[in-house]
Amino acid sequence: MTLKVVGQNVLRYDGLAHVTGETHFADDVIIPGTLTVKVLRSPVSKGKIMNLDIRAAMSVPGVASVITADDVPCNGYGHIPDQPVLVEEMVRYKGEPIVAVAAVDEDTAIEALEKIQLGIEEEEPVFDHIQAMMPDAPKVRPEGNIHMFGKYPFRQVKFGDIDAGFREADVIIENTYRHPSLEHAQLEPMVSQAVPEAGGKLTVYTVSQAPHFHLEELYGILKVKKNNVSGKHWITEKGSRTGQGLEFGDINFIGGTVGGGFGGKNDMHADHITALLALKSGQPCKWRWTREEDLLYSTYRGCWYITIKDGVKKDGRIVARKIKTIRESGAYASSNPHVVEHNIFNSTGPYFIPNVHSRGYCVYTNKPPASSMRGFGLTPSTFATEVQANKIASELSMDPWEFRFKNVYRNGDLTSTGSKLDSVALIEMMQTLAEKTGVTLPDRLKQMSSAKRGGNSI
Amino acid sequence: MHLLKLTVNGQNYEITVQLKTTLLEVLRDKLQITSPKAGCNQGDCGTCSVLVDSILVKSCLTNSLSVQGKKIITVEGLAKPGEVHPLQQAFHENYGAQCGFCTPGMILAAKALLDKNPNPTREDVKVGLSGNLCRCTGYTKIIDSVIAASEKMVTVTD
Repeated sequence: MTLKVVGQNVLRYDGLAHVTGETHFADDVIIPGTLTVKVLRSPVSKGKIMNLDIRAAMSVPGVASVITADDVPCNGYGHIPDQPVLVEEMVRYKGEPIVAVAAVDEDTAIEALEKIQLGIEEEEPVFDHIQAMMPDAPKVRPEGNIHMFGKYPFRQVKFGDIDAGFREADVIIENTYRHPSLEHAQLEPMVSQAVPEAGGKLTVYTVSQAPHFHLEELYGILKVKKNNVSGKHWITEKGSRTGQGLEFGDINFIGGTVGGGFGGKNDMHADHITALLALKSGQPCKWRWTREEDLLYSTYRGCWYITIKDGVKKDGRIVARKIKTIRESGAYASSNPHVVEHNIFNSTGPYFIPNVHSRGYCVYTNKPPASSMRGFGLTPSTFATEVQANKIASELSMDPWEFRFKNVYRNGDLTSTGSKLDSVALIEMMQTLAEKTGVTLPDRLKQMSSAKRGGNSI
Repeated sequence: MHLLKLTVNGQNYEITVQLKTTLLEVLRDKLQITSPKAGCNQGDCGTCSVLVDSILVKSCLTNSLSVQGKKIITVEGLAKPGEVHPLQQAFHENYGAQCGFCTPGMILAAKALLDKNPNPTREDVKVGLSGNLCRCTGYTKIIDSVIAASEKMVTVTD
């Protein structure tokens, strides 16, 4: 078979457009007369809105529309629809959107925001997710700070017999790994442009990395009848003129050209508010986040505490692993439960461990919602398992290469989630890696194969 | 409102601007030349970079009235119509453009560098492009692209 693409350098299909300036991102659609969107964000991390008066903002000349939670037909969205588009009563993080304004230009929009009267009764927030797990911690949400996976406050994987595994072990090695939170810092900030079209339709130019998910979410927010947009929302649903009259198929969602995302654009940041303002004002609206807004209030990788306790034989085989992983979620679920699942499913790394017990917690704090970033939880998991691998090797005075050769998956091994592996090439990959990087492996490692567990002492 | 006369990519324009209007706003909103981007709008990221009389400037920090009568070049006007500039070709062939958002500014920063130093070292390229941020590539392929272009352009001139 002749390979046409594998092993070849293939030029990017969009490369020439990128270098000549022909590529158009969401912000590059310039429609004269487009209104500028600005949003009043909460100045505090936690509190209850006692007073909100937008009348003075609405009367600023040049202001087309001002919207609050009352204007959002279904004010809950996300993977688990727990996040309000605009705050109803309880503020859960600093920067949470409360009021949105569309005006003829930026100065007018900012002037309108300054005229909004907002009174918030501040409450004590909690920022550290380990603190938030304590029974007496301030409640981020009424149902508690620990996310419920069904009836359990954790997601868990049990494989083999963990107690028997630890009894069999010669050495116990336990460490806690902390991964800080990280912002994606993609070059293109959050941008949305919504344009009302003839016949009550709507075009939305989006920066979304997940346009199909977000289109469906947008229909849900606008309360458009669609078969699989279910009605179970955490926040209230209410009637509103905004969005009524739209039917499924009436939104033209244009995206796919993303100026960097890295998981930061898997959540809807701007399309909902921009669409609502365009429908209410009947005019094209554009919302471009400032760099400061993007860095402070967009989703990010939440921080992790990962505790690994391994039972290891003197020959280097891990025979038992217990993991407790705790993920910061921020104020809302977003993709965090899914991120924790991914992390837990990968808790053994690329190693066969016959007895595993891993638990993952997802904990709410008064910070902006965390979400996906480059691997949905796999990157922090790999960081922890690989540093742990080196620490075990060091403790046993064993070469870290040899430790990995002994423990990696072979064909026929079961993962901790019960998948039988049938096309493993980890041994061969490490042999190639050693060769390419000038590492001389002992013969017993060179002779190993992924086909079967065997060779010297294993 | 104030009258602004300028030349962009060889074309003359006469427009009215406010005192506070930036060059980036003129290019994008008034002339619909969108390759300069508002990545940070505060002079940090460099994706708004353009050439003003061959000098590299950040258009988001440039008051539009300060370029009265000057010649502006963006990547749309870097090559002759229907052609691709060697720098653009090199960025394409060496994978210097990934998401493409920093690319227009990056190419113009490279152009400004090669105008002054046609045969730069990798270290020269790093310094020359230090005002421009890229989040995708890790810069290696951008530096490769500039070096490849410089070799090609020197050969062409010879």
